[in-house]
Amino acid sequence: MSAEPIKFYQVGSFAVGNRLLDITERSAQSDPSRPNSINSGHRACQGCGEALGARYALDAAMRATAGDMVAVNATGCLEVFSTPYPETSWQIPWLHSLFGNAPAVATGVAAAMKVKGRETRVVGQAGDGGTVDIGMGALSGMFERNDDVLFICYDNEAYMNTGVQRSGATPPAARTATTQAVGDHPGNVFGQGKDLPRIAMAHEIPYVATATVANLRDLEAKVEKAMQMRGARYIHVLVPCPLGWGSASKDTILLARLAMESGLFPVFEAEYGEVTSVLPVRRRVPVTEYLRLQKRYAHLFHPEPDASTLERLQAMADRNFRRYDIQEVDV
Amino acid sequence: MRKQIEGSRAVAEAVALARPEVICAYPISPQTHIVEALSAIVKSGELEPCEYVNVESEFAAMSVAIGASAAGARSYTATASQGLLFMVEAVYNASGLGLPIVMTVANRAIGAPINIWNDHSDAMSQRDSGWIQLYAQDNQEAVDLHIQAFRLAEAVSLPVMVCMDGFILTHAVEEVELPEQQVVDDFLPPFEPRQVLDPDDPVSIGAMVGPEAFMEVRYLAHRRQMDALELIPEIAGAYGEATGRLRNGLISEYRLEDAEVVVVALGSVLGTLQDTVDALRDNGVRAGVLGITSFRPFPLDAVREAIGHVRTVVVLEKALAVGIGGIVTNNVRTALAGTAIPVRTVIAGLGGRPILQESLARMIETVDDLDELSFLDLRTDLVEREIERTRSSRRSGPTAENLLRDVGAVGDPHGVRTPR
Repeated sequence: MSAEPIKFYQVGSFAVGNRLLDITERSAQSDPSRPNSINSGHRACQGCGEALGARYALDAAMRATAGDMVAVNATGCLEVFSTPYPETSWQIPWLHSLFGNAPAVATGVAAAMKVKGRETRVVGQAGDGGTVDIGMGALSGMFERNDDVLFICYDNEAYMNTGVQRSGATPPAARTATTQAVGDHPGNVFGQGKDLPRIAMAHEIPYVATATVANLRDLEAKVEKAMQMRGARYIHVLVPCPLGWGSASKDTILLARLAMESGLFPVFEAEYGEVTSVLPVRRRVPVTEYLRLQKRYAHLFHPEPDASTLERLQAMADRNFRRYDIQEVDV
Repeated sequence: MRKQIEGSRAVAEAVALARPEVICAYPISPQTHIVEALSAIVKSGELEPCEYVNVESEFAAMSVAIGASAAGARSYTATASQGLLFMVEAVYNASGLGLPIVMTVANRAIGAPINIWNDHSDAMSQRDSGWIQLYAQDNQEAVDLHIQAFRLAEAVSLPVMVCMDGFILTHAVEEVELPEQQVVDDFLPPFEPRQVLDPDDPVSIGAMVGPEAFMEVRYLAHRRQMDALELIPEIAGAYGEATGRLRNGLISEYRLEDAEVVVVALGSVLGTLQDTVDALRDNGVRAGVLGITSFRPFPLDAVREAIGHVRTVVVLEKALAVGIGGIVTNNVRTALAGTAIPVRTVIAGLGGRPILQESLARMIETVDDLDELSFLDLRTDLVEREIERTRSSRRSGPTAENLLRDVGAVGDPHGVRTPR
């Protein structure tokens, strides 16, 4: 577990009672003088997981680098909702070039900083389409060269910016605009999809981690840890998308937590290709608890429950529990 | 320093004299020798400080250059042919962002059929990409244009492509004079952009621009290229003063004063054309040659001034706009608009087909008999056979392979394959 094992005082929910903590133990986000790397007024949807994830990740990176940082962004929701010209939500130096080249652009910025003898660090960011599909060649190249870039993927499991089409990160059975809930096997097919954290680990880069917006303290800690390291680093953050998932805006954090607690999205860290820590779950839940809240899986429950598909999805979750040895710990 | 040197090596040394801070390299023939030489120059410590990045594709090469340039580093890469096409999205992005990247294009044909030899199809495909395009006619000019390209790019905030004919120039060993480092340092000040990615002064670069300002951004790109039309001769003049090698920068004129027939061309074929014209003039044919050095921006006024008085014009093109014919021709016609000068297109040298002096001489001597569009030394026997076949059978197939079948090199010469 990357975050300090602090016993939090609960306030009737799973939220962290930050104000009861010593100031040195508080999150970057609780700091009234936090940088607000992406500030309010942007045009993300209500309940957007990506806006939340980016805010926490970048503010944590800013804290870790004492504000000496540049962000590079792929095309996608995050880019579109944050910079409707002439406005911008970015309070940090920020560059957007194309959809598929953010890792290479980040390499270029890092090379420029190095050649100029500056300590300025670089964070690249993209959605799952920009990371696992169209940007994968550039990302793999950046990993392989071990360029000094932290790349963050905000994974909402489809191309949400263009209207919810399937990506290489879309899970099996999920309905998208290009994997419609029709025919004998409604939704996305089984057996496809890229597990980018594991692909990143295969490059044996210094640091790979996954996180969700359900555990923002963990996300912050992982970003801060990554920024203490040099070379290619990768963090894959699950960010629920109310629009694309057909979920209630209020359920974004709940869904992220259920994704983890069901085992469908294991949260772990790896260094140089080996898993070094796995976040335990407070209580293990069946996948149906997670799936039921999302309209993209409605065809698994209506008109009749699709028992065999649900079983296959449960088997995937169970395999993650085994593969990562995810513990149940009631903290 | 004067030396016998390969074109690629000379260009690599010229680029190094310009002190690029980030070089991105991906191999593709025929530009490989350039990035190989730069690799050695950087690794040996001759060029410091400089980051040499071995990328995984041309798309990444241009993308790394974009990031580096946006962060304030002088950036360079080189490519050709398929590589240029593979990076096209980033090529447009670099010019749209106004990043003064310099890139060598070692001109090569585009497949299919795959072909590694020289023509101008690659660079011509990017004529509307917003990049400035300069074409070198020899290796000395390639060296000189590269050094000037950095100053030009940074002055107008646009990227510059220096085009040199693949193999014909890149692999030719000839005498080239490279300027002294001090001369280049005096000529080319350090890169100091107006806005960079700087945590002390954060800016957002690359925002999504809607209908309210997009056209203005495009208009300004055009205006900058129009500014470049004035700046290019100025920079060429300053470079000429510093090095003793004065060229016009926009065009090159050869025996145009009393010329009746003028051939317009770009790149290394200009040398062959000049020799051809010399020989023809000995026989009393009043011919001349106009070279276009700056294809983008296109020097309309300079071209008109240079050849607006002649009887007839032939544009010799190393690229083909399939479905219409000439590319450079349209630009020359625009320059000559309002005159009655006939402008004919001759496509030559595609995929490395040698452009022979005797063929050029015949072309000039029979200029009045030329069709609007013709192909120099086209093997009509081959194409006629295939045209004949396609008249009798509408079945499709890969063209080069169909030619082989037509001549009986593979399969049934009558091209009949029983559908399964």
